Amino acid sequence: MQIKYTDALIIGGGLAGLRSAISTTDKGLDTIVLSLVPVKRSHSAAAQGGMQASLGNSIMGEGDNEDVHFADTVKGSDWGCDQEVARMFVNTAPKAIRELAAWGVPWSRVKKGDRETVINAEKTTITEKDEAHGLITARDFGGTKKWRTCYTADATGHTMLYAVTNEAMKRGVVIEDKKEAISLITKDGQCYGAIVRDLKNGGLIAYVAKGTMIATGGYGRIYKQSTNATICKGTGHAIALDAGAYLGNMEAIQFHPTPIVPSGILLTEGCRGDGGVLRDKDGYRFMPDYEPEKKDLASRDVVSRRMLEHIKKGKGVKSPYGDHLWLDISILGRKHIEKNLRDVQDISKTFNGIDPADEGEKGWMPVLPMQHYSMGGIRTTPKGQSVNVNGLFSCGESACWDMHGFNRLGGNSVSETVVSGMIVGNYFADYCKETDIDIDTKMVQEELTKQDNYLDELLALDGKESIYDIKDEMRNIMQDKVGIFRNGKDLEEAVEELKVLLKKTKDINITNKHRLLNQELEEAYKVPMMLKVALCVAKGARDRTESRGAHYREDYLKRDDENWLNRTLSYWANEDDLEPTLAYEELDIMKMEMPPGFRGYGKKGFIIENPLSQKRQDEIDKISEEHQGDRHALQEKLMPYELQAEYKSINQRLGDEDE
Amino acid sequence: MSREITITTLKYNPSDENSQPTFVDYTLEETPGMTLYIALSKIKASIDHDLSSDFVCRAGICGACGMVINGKPKLACRTLTSEFEDGKIELLPLPTFKLIKDLSVDTGSWMKNMSIRVNSWIVANEETDISKLEKRIEPEVADEVFELDRCIECGLCVAGCSTAIMREDFVGAVGLNRVARFSIDPHDSRTDEDFYELIGDDEGIFGCMSLLACEDHCPKDLPLQSKIAYMRRKMVKID
Repeated sequence: MQIKYTDALIIGGGLAGLRSAISTTDKGLDTIVLSLVPVKRSHSAAAQGGMQASLGNSIMGEGDNEDVHFADTVKGSDWGCDQEVARMFVNTAPKAIRELAAWGVPWSRVKKGDRETVINAEKTTITEKDEAHGLITARDFGGTKKWRTCYTADATGHTMLYAVTNEAMKRGVVIEDKKEAISLITKDGQCYGAIVRDLKNGGLIAYVAKGTMIATGGYGRIYKQSTNATICKGTGHAIALDAGAYLGNMEAIQFHPTPIVPSGILLTEGCRGDGGVLRDKDGYRFMPDYEPEKKDLASRDVVSRRMLEHIKKGKGVKSPYGDHLWLDISILGRKHIEKNLRDVQDISKTFNGIDPADEGEKGWMPVLPMQHYSMGGIRTTPKGQSVNVNGLFSCGESACWDMHGFNRLGGNSVSETVVSGMIVGNYFADYCKETDIDIDTKMVQEELTKQDNYLDELLALDGKESIYDIKDEMRNIMQDKVGIFRNGKDLEEAVEELKVLLKKTKDINITNKHRLLNQELEEAYKVPMMLKVALCVAKGARDRTESRGAHYREDYLKRDDENWLNRTLSYWANEDDLEPTLAYEELDIMKMEMPPGFRGYGKKGFIIENPLSQKRQDEIDKISEEHQGDRHALQEKLMPYELQAEYKSINQRLGDEDE
Repeated sequence: MSREITITTLKYNPSDENSQPTFVDYTLEETPGMTLYIALSKIKASIDHDLSSDFVCRAGICGACGMVINGKPKLACRTLTSEFEDGKIELLPLPTFKLIKDLSVDTGSWMKNMSIRVNSWIVANEETDISKLEKRIEPEVADEVFELDRCIECGLCVAGCSTAIMREDFVGAVGLNRVARFSIDPHDSRTDEDFYELIGDDEGIFGCMSLLACEDHCPKDLPLQSKIAYMRRKMVKID
């Protein structure tokens, strides 16, 4: 058996992992990135519509800055996020996008003069300023005050991933693809690396490192219907659980309003951002009736619920796959679609035989909300280190550091991947530089042997269950009972049924007995991992008796700031347990820069207020009134936060001095 | 009305000395809108647990699932079974790339070698201060770069290329397109002479025989023919 040594081990080769690898390499550390697939095929590539950064170059983004982006993000999260992390993020996002531009991402640019666009379903002419010509432009997205989402047509994640991978290769980062981490090596609360399976030959290797980072993305595939790639199974979360790490807010699951039916492939929010609208079976545009202000562009949790509400009223379109609604982008015109929404057009034509540029009904695409994003993840500090396992870091979608709270804004995730790769990647690098570890090779060998034996045991199982059936059942349970609308009874059933399934995984029969290249064996060790993650989601949802962001309880309709302004922590207390143990971490209103209030969209009057919110608001008002100086100094007074100097520096915008 | 379809795939595990390449037939019921991703997932879950294939995004954007489908290199996830009138579909792994098992091939190592070979990254001679306004780029120029940046490294152009079969180190249309992409990027300071150093030989721009299967099979409809010709004209001037 093989043991490899490195300074920094990064599990996951999407945008977050690769950008972190650049940070560690730039600080002189030996770095290895492990990836399930060739890194350019990571799910980051599927991000379509764009990346939020408050550049404010386009006329429709004029006046944008970090403060506006911060407020949008906090409201979007339904006050569940860590506001210091949100501040770190919004201040670094403009730097991230400028770095990416220099690395070759061909961001769409402002063209001076008039251009026609569609706003509120009507053709409108806007005039871009001469002085903004050639700077990075932006489109509209849900839940934002300004047009802030920068893009390369609808292939933004793709161009970002290629640029970051190319930079990593330029620096000589060691990238090993078709490698899967199946457990972490830990002792006494310290992480020493991972046990890894080589998917090209089935062999096991121990990677020993001073610091280990998990950047494995989301866990959407625990649901039957998800926009996520087939590799988004949450195995990174599962190995962290097994190592004793806390996961945060696992019940916070985002359902995107417009995946196409039935394949579940995403159609970007940019469709609506650019002026597309939702329609019902009568062709009627219904969103303005529910959300008069933001209409089709309220936050994703709100739009998804409104869509299902409308279908429940009998307004859905009947199909063999159940009821759906229509997404109409034909009003944007063929020219716009074929330039800025061409992947959407390609997907719709290929999988549904519909050309969305065809005028009228003919071009409408069938859509239905489906699982899309995992707000929860490995609970870390704002510097990205696990709160209870030393030397274990996480960033990107796999982490809960926690910038999204209970709902993420569109355009904030692909942005988070690179921003956290910069910030957390650098803190991770500092940790690896400053840390020396004693390597107990016997312990490493023991963990390797343990995993080796485990795979043999799985192959030897001679029970009566099929691992494929167990997986299907899990995905159905999550779909039916832990979905957009949740209630105590269903959630209780879900938890109990998932526990039964987890037990059944010890009674399976693997028909394919090859020890090396065997995709059935892979299912056999992955499905129990997925079940553990699913149990964290279901139990967290069962016990959270309130509605916040994407977590919506039909039996507890209000956001409860009095009792539930906290973060769920789940962990696996004993190896043989059938369910996680939950704990809670309070959010401190008195430290918030923006205390809880109404989001500006969604149902009004559904908040159980915490008296501290008003108290903190009064305090903030007083400080603001007395404040002399610029907005940066005021922000520092209201909520000081730590960030690397190179990222904390002031972002220049058009019109600022010394351009 | 559903019908039965037959999918015939090559099965072979080169790492197993007892394995012999064989064709295996799978018969299954076609469902509406069925893609080869859905069909192969069904086969793997319910007929043959030993069959290997690679799917990631299943939406035609990641480039993982290239295979030879009834003689043509295509992305399996965006191929509908209804496209085949007689309901008979034959699947082979992509040629040129190292076979891992059955339909699973190692495109990753090939693409990594190509990327390093053609220095597939920006080379800039100026430092960027990321706190300051970004460099201005003409909107049309950004769009042109984006057009070539759409390549997803699926390898279909390489699998369809006669030169790639004869010359193991040929960088393929994917590599030549990549160089064309950086040559028009205003962030990149390299000159034509620099690019000549990378691709001015028979493993590069002069290896192409202009048979153009690359452009025929590109799932992203990249203008490979005109870009290869464009690079060749530039490189010939230096030669």
